[in-house]
Amino acid sequence: MANFQVNKTYQEINDKIKRGQAVVVTAEEIIDIVRKKGEAGAARTVDVVTTGTFSPMCSSGAIINFGHTKPPIKASKVWLNQVPAYAGLAAVDIYLGATEPAEDDPLNKVYPGEFKYGGGHVIQDLVAGKSVRLVAEAYGTDCYPNKHVEKDITLKQLLNAVLFNPRNCYQNYNCAVNLSNRTIYTYMGPLRPRAGNANFCTAGQLSPLFNDPYYRTIGIGTRIFLGGGVGYVVFPGSQHNPAKPRGDNGIPLGPAGTLMVIGDLKKMNSRFLVGVSLLGYGCSLSVGLGIPIPMLNEEIAHFCAITDEHLLAPIVDYGHDYPAGTGRILGHVSYAQLKSGSMTLDGKEVATVPLSSLVRAREVAGILKDWIAQGRFLLGEPVELLPADGDIDCIHTASRDS
Amino acid sequence: MAKKKVVLNFPPHLIDQPITYRLVKDYDLVVNILRARITPREWGRMVVELNGNGSRLDEAMNFLADLGVVVEPLAGEIQWQEERCIHCTACVAPCPTHALDLDRVAMTVAFDRERCIACELCLNVCPYRAIEMAFE
Repeated sequence: MANFQVNKTYQEINDKIKRGQAVVVTAEEIIDIVRKKGEAGAARTVDVVTTGTFSPMCSSGAIINFGHTKPPIKASKVWLNQVPAYAGLAAVDIYLGATEPAEDDPLNKVYPGEFKYGGGHVIQDLVAGKSVRLVAEAYGTDCYPNKHVEKDITLKQLLNAVLFNPRNCYQNYNCAVNLSNRTIYTYMGPLRPRAGNANFCTAGQLSPLFNDPYYRTIGIGTRIFLGGGVGYVVFPGSQHNPAKPRGDNGIPLGPAGTLMVIGDLKKMNSRFLVGVSLLGYGCSLSVGLGIPIPMLNEEIAHFCAITDEHLLAPIVDYGHDYPAGTGRILGHVSYAQLKSGSMTLDGKEVATVPLSSLVRAREVAGILKDWIAQGRFLLGEPVELLPADGDIDCIHTASRDS
Repeated sequence: MAKKKVVLNFPPHLIDQPITYRLVKDYDLVVNILRARITPREWGRMVVELNGNGSRLDEAMNFLADLGVVVEPLAGEIQWQEERCIHCTACVAPCPTHALDLDRVAMTVAFDRERCIACELCLNVCPYRAIEMAFE
């Protein structure tokens, strides 16, 4: 273990939070503090740094128990507002995925499809308190004779409703361009031909995993802001890959770490869980997620203070390379450049826009900061940190990270 | 001098008439065509900015109405529902006139109605359905 000048424990920080004495700042605010006080000075002064992100996270969904009916049903097919949910679980347990479109959606038959309503929209409607039509079908058994159920449900009436997202909060992401000669419709938004625009999708220096690039404080049991309520990191997310190439500053140069997260849907807020319709691509759910980073030592301060100028996104051609799975990267561009509104690619100026909402990411980090400062949110010490070395078995995804 | 942005809807039988020419020649208007779709045997649609003497502009409007051109105001055609907008800025890239633009410091989207030419490119691009077309 390295020798640090500052050594704090989760227990000490939580005691300060309980007394209402913890010093909490956002990942944007810590930058100036480290500049003025140095890393050790900042680590002594500040106890927690809050991060935030808000953007479409396709690998999201809800586990719902819709309650036993009379006579009881062992549902085998279930729809919520005509969106199919997976019912291959116990009698009335279902999983509703964010990207599932309504069954009667024309999809891309009329290209580009609009994908007006899907699983993400159902989740948003439920959280907003709206009534949702449930239809369940079953083959019928001696113990579960009911073969058809139709009823309106609200989140309040449900016994259990849990947001469970297998892969959220990517650590870094592609900056998408389209070098082909026609407009294409991707999960990174519509991309105009001949690099007409470049779309990126992280909150940069405010984004959770940029602030703890080696997962020194994040792991199983980390308590987080999730969808406006409280959630937990339960495992590394699917496709978690710490072995992705990193810059000299330790920051991954492409999509690397991911999180599997869970939280009580009933306590969430539809401002931070918003259904998404991506033209020509499909439905999704935008998730507000924030992680508090405990200032255990000056190394944590060092990583939290890395600015957008030193966070680099890989530029990927979604016109050819991405659909072909070549894994080719056209170059790297800093988030400072991307946020400025334009970048240069092959001598040509290209307009850059984020798909992730920085405004709402700031809101997430701000709310989490208030919760902790007011003593309403304690840090969860991970029982195990996320894998941080390259020795773990990681599948080769050839930059296919959606 | 008066200026207004309007949508001119041409019934199919007027498609072959040089109506823009009449606006320029007879009513002394500066006609700036922002967008046009004229197809034989179909209703034509033209988004124009008209600039000229106030009373001449009114006379031109009467001329168009008498001909059978349906004139609609452009303002308010595209509606940006701010409460649904999460400022993801997907609309900013396709907007040809920067009517939908991004404040780079606050990273918020702003809609400048004056610049909008109602091209509708933003409508389906918005993942949150926060931009709508108002039908009157």
